[in-house]
Parts: sequence; structure tokens; C-alpha cells
Amino acid sequence: MTTTDDGFLGGSASRRLILKGVSLVALTGLGILPFGPMPALAAANDKWPEDAFKQKGQAEAIKSLYGKTAEPSDQVKLDAPEIAENGAVVPISVTTTLTDVTSISFLVADNPNALAASYQILPGTLPSVANRLKMAKTSNVTAIVEAGGKLYSATKEVKVTVGGCGG
Amino acid sequence: MASTIRVRATATGDTTEVQALIQHPMDSGFVKDPQGQIIPPHFIQQLTFECNGKAVFVADWGTAVSKDPYVKFSFKGGNKGDDLKISWVDNKGASDTTTAKIS
Repeated sequence: MTTTDDGFLGGSASRRLILKGVSLVALTGLGILPFGPMPALAAANDKWPEDAFKQKGQAEAIKSLYGKTAEPSDQVKLDAPEIAENGAVVPISVTTTLTDVTSISFLVADNPNALAASYQILPGTLPSVANRLKMAKTSNVTAIVEAGGKLYSATKEVKVTVGGCGG
Repeated sequence: MASTIRVRATATGDTTEVQALIQHPMDSGFVKDPQGQIIPPHFIQQLTFECNGKAVFVADWGTAVSKDPYVKFSFKGGNKGDDLKISWVDNKGASDTTTAKIS
């Protein structure tokens, strides 16, 4: 009796292992497919911060783009609607009274990839940008301003009634 | 083909305000078509503005920028009649360039 029990248990355990292995292979296969053509195409433009745009989370994206963390500042003014009826087109702008600004970035925390856009503010250009972003769902929107080598941020929650995934 | 870039640059005093509207699908790679097939990502990666040959503003975009993107910014040093060159390149290597006069 005991031997058959052991044999049965051993069999199911190894079967489970095999199934696990198969599903892992299937998952990685699926995961790679949609992003497969990306690296080759992105290589055409080496100045574009590909790594930062590929990060899923907001903190990772900021770290990849700037290599440091941001502190909230009331000198960064983020203008975004309280409620966005259409997540596909959310008008968002930022302006700041900070001087020596070199870069402004927009991140949507709960989008599949947090980093939405990053702007280089070159000498003579005013630190103020307006654009339109897609939002998958209700999320915090963060603007990052790089001024004098430091990062400053402002965050606001935007409620989305229809997500931007439908285009 | 007509240019995909529409731009308005207006100089007031020493500040030039630039508004640009570009025709581009900006497909994120997360959306499916009616047949259930994923529409592959197709989006503008970099947009550059040059005034009299000098870069004034560079935008790095991801897939979260809306379809037919719009951007507004201002810079100092442009004068009426100066050339403003705008160019973009997308993740498939396509690009477009146009030159506008500051008014």
C-alpha cells in the first residue's frame, strides 16, 4: 500500500513540476512577443532614453532617467483636470518658478509604463510645457523638474471615467 | 504628401511661443484591433525644435502621449521672420521635418 501511495505522490509531484515548467515557458514566450521588435527599432535613435520608458513603476522610471530621487516642491505648478472624461486625451501642463531648469518630465503612476514624456529645456527656453497624455485609469500624475542638478516634483490625482486604452 | 506637422510660432517681445500639432497614430502596443490582434507600438520617440540652427527644445516621448500629439512651449531669442525647424522620428524609423517662420 505504502509503496503505491509514494509512487502516486511522486508521480503527481513531478507532473506538477512539468506543468509548471511548461506554463513558465509559455508565459515568457508571450511576454517577449509584444516587445520583441522594440529594441532593434529603438536602436535607430540612440539618444532616446529607452530604458526609462520601458520601466513599469514611477520610482524606477525616475531612477533610470535621472539616477536620483525627487523631492516635492510648491515651486512646481502642475495643471491637470480633476476629472478627465476621456483618458485618451488628458491635457496636462507644468510651469515652475525654479531657475536653471534643464529638464521636465511627466509620469502617470498607474499606466503600464509610468514615464509618459520627457522634455529637455535648453538654455533660453522657458520652463513651461503643455501637452496631452493618455491615462489608462484614475492615477496620480507627477511632473518632475530638474533644476540646478536637483529634482523637484508636483503630484496631482486625475480621475478618469473612460480609460485611454481604447485609443 | 502634406506635412504631418502643423506649427504656430508667435514672437511677443523677446519671447516666442510655439504650439505644434503632429499627425501620428501614437499606438501604444496595448490596444487590440476589432479582430482581436494587438496593434504593434508605433509612436514618435523624439521631436526636436531648432531656431536658426540651434536646438531650443527636445521632446522624448513614450507611448502615453495622446494620438495626434500637441505640445506648447516658449523660448527667448527668436525674432519675427526667423526659421523654426521641427523634426520628429518614430520607433519605426519614419520621420518628418518642416520649417516654419516665426510670426
